[in-house]
Amino acid sequence: MSGGFLESTTMGFARAITRAMLSEHTAQQRGLLQSLDPRVRVVGLFSLVLAVILARNMAVIGALFLGALLLAISSRVSLSTLVKRVWLVVLGFTGVIALPAIFITPGDAVARIGSAVITEQGLRTAGLLILRVETAVTFPALLVLCTPWAHVLKALRSLKVPREAVTMLAMTYRYVFLLVETATQMFDSRRSRTVGVLPPAEQRRMAVRTAGVLLSKSIETSNEVYLAMQARAFRGDVQVLSEFRMTLWDYVALLLFFLAGGLAVWKGR
Amino acid sequence: MPPLFQLRDVGFHYDGIPALRGLSLDVAQGERVALLGANGSGKSTLLRLLDALYFPAQGSVSFDGTPLTAERLQADGFAMAFRRRVALVFQNPDVQLFNPTVWDEVAFAPLQLLWPKEKVIAKVNSTLELMGISQLRDRPPYRLSGGEKKRVALASVIVLDPDVLLLDEPTATLDPRSQSQVIDLIQGWKGSSRTVIAATHQLEIVEDIADRVFVLEEGRVAAAGTPAEILNNHELLLGANLVHAHRHSHGNITHSHPHIHSHSHSQHEH
Repeated sequence: MSGGFLESTTMGFARAITRAMLSEHTAQQRGLLQSLDPRVRVVGLFSLVLAVILARNMAVIGALFLGALLLAISSRVSLSTLVKRVWLVVLGFTGVIALPAIFITPGDAVARIGSAVITEQGLRTAGLLILRVETAVTFPALLVLCTPWAHVLKALRSLKVPREAVTMLAMTYRYVFLLVETATQMFDSRRSRTVGVLPPAEQRRMAVRTAGVLLSKSIETSNEVYLAMQARAFRGDVQVLSEFRMTLWDYVALLLFFLAGGLAVWKGR
Repeated sequence: MPPLFQLRDVGFHYDGIPALRGLSLDVAQGERVALLGANGSGKSTLLRLLDALYFPAQGSVSFDGTPLTAERLQADGFAMAFRRRVALVFQNPDVQLFNPTVWDEVAFAPLQLLWPKEKVIAKVNSTLELMGISQLRDRPPYRLSGGEKKRVALASVIVLDPDVLLLDEPTATLDPRSQSQVIDLIQGWKGSSRTVIAATHQLEIVEDIADRVFVLEEGRVAAAGTPAEILNNHELLLGANLVHAHRHSHGNITHSHPHIHSHSHSQHEH
């Protein structure tokens, strides 16, 4: 069987694993964000996200986007990674929402496509929306790319995010890899026993059946994991150890994050 | 002095399908015991009953003279003390390794037992050193090899310094080198008060890890004895599906005999 739904699904799974591993590689690089306490990264970057949401001025949001770019470069995050994994994906989703605004927002006409009129105000609205979403998504993406997942979880926990939410995030991240591995093996095994090209409908049926089996396996695995947690004295309340230490540089960086965010909100009113 | 574990007429079933049927056995403190049986003979279920993860549908399981019941395990005091003393290593390390890094994995049980922070850090670091896995401390478990996962799974319970180590197929699916490392670790973890109970279907490791063997067959104890007594009883092993008739040819002559996995799969005895 060549190409098709199953193969592309399998390849998608494999790409997901590769991307996650690439993130861990970036997180271990020496860079600006990597040098900060993970709690400062979480709080600081989310304060910038808040500033992006609250700011209404395009130039201010553009400046924040430039700031995100500088943070990425100084943290050794590959720009091609950001383009492929963040900016193009966001552009795809936001573009669909923003596109009608170009035509339906009343204002001064700048171009015509048939009977549809593109207005200056429409272009401005669509541009602002896309820029805002791109910038707002870039900051959390930088956090995840520059911080090992374990530290993100620990930071969330030490910032008093409820245990249940952090434990769910941790387990999801851990077991999604196991399930992806199982799914990939199941697809490979099926492909090795399939001759010729299956019709698309049959391929979809196979994918649905596989999803059903995976669901059963995930339920079985979750029961086993719960037993394994119980066996090691889990009593329904996960205890974690926070080894983070704030330095003077962390306090300075936190202050700078807050100042940048505050300034953006003030100037961008 | 009562046996450490005492099982009497234990029955257990999964949705009506029996896994253990009237099983009785005793294990004394300091013993090294192998539970030998083919797939589906009830070994894993028995280990989970010994670790008070499951409770018998009939009969009783006692630990150090105290019956293990669901009600008793709900009491924090008893549960904490029991989990500190009895540790189980699961057959599939993937279900046991659920933390983001190896260090967190090994620290999980001590943290749940509310050990002081300094003690947790010191004990986790010394355990990683002891198991020769310090270099893996920041690695996520899903990126480890099979042998490494098994060693981390062992480290995650040995860190508690338990009195009883329950092992479910400790060397299954491992390559020969990893098998040897795990056996060395089990042999290195001993002392007069330490008890090891390992479930396996691999005859070649029994003498290395056990002084006494229980053969399980269809949820019952089919035989008990020393490793030598059990391993030399070919009829018993054949009946318990632990060896199989091997048919092969020498020139024009074809014959069959029991296939004994006493050393490695590439060798067999005539």
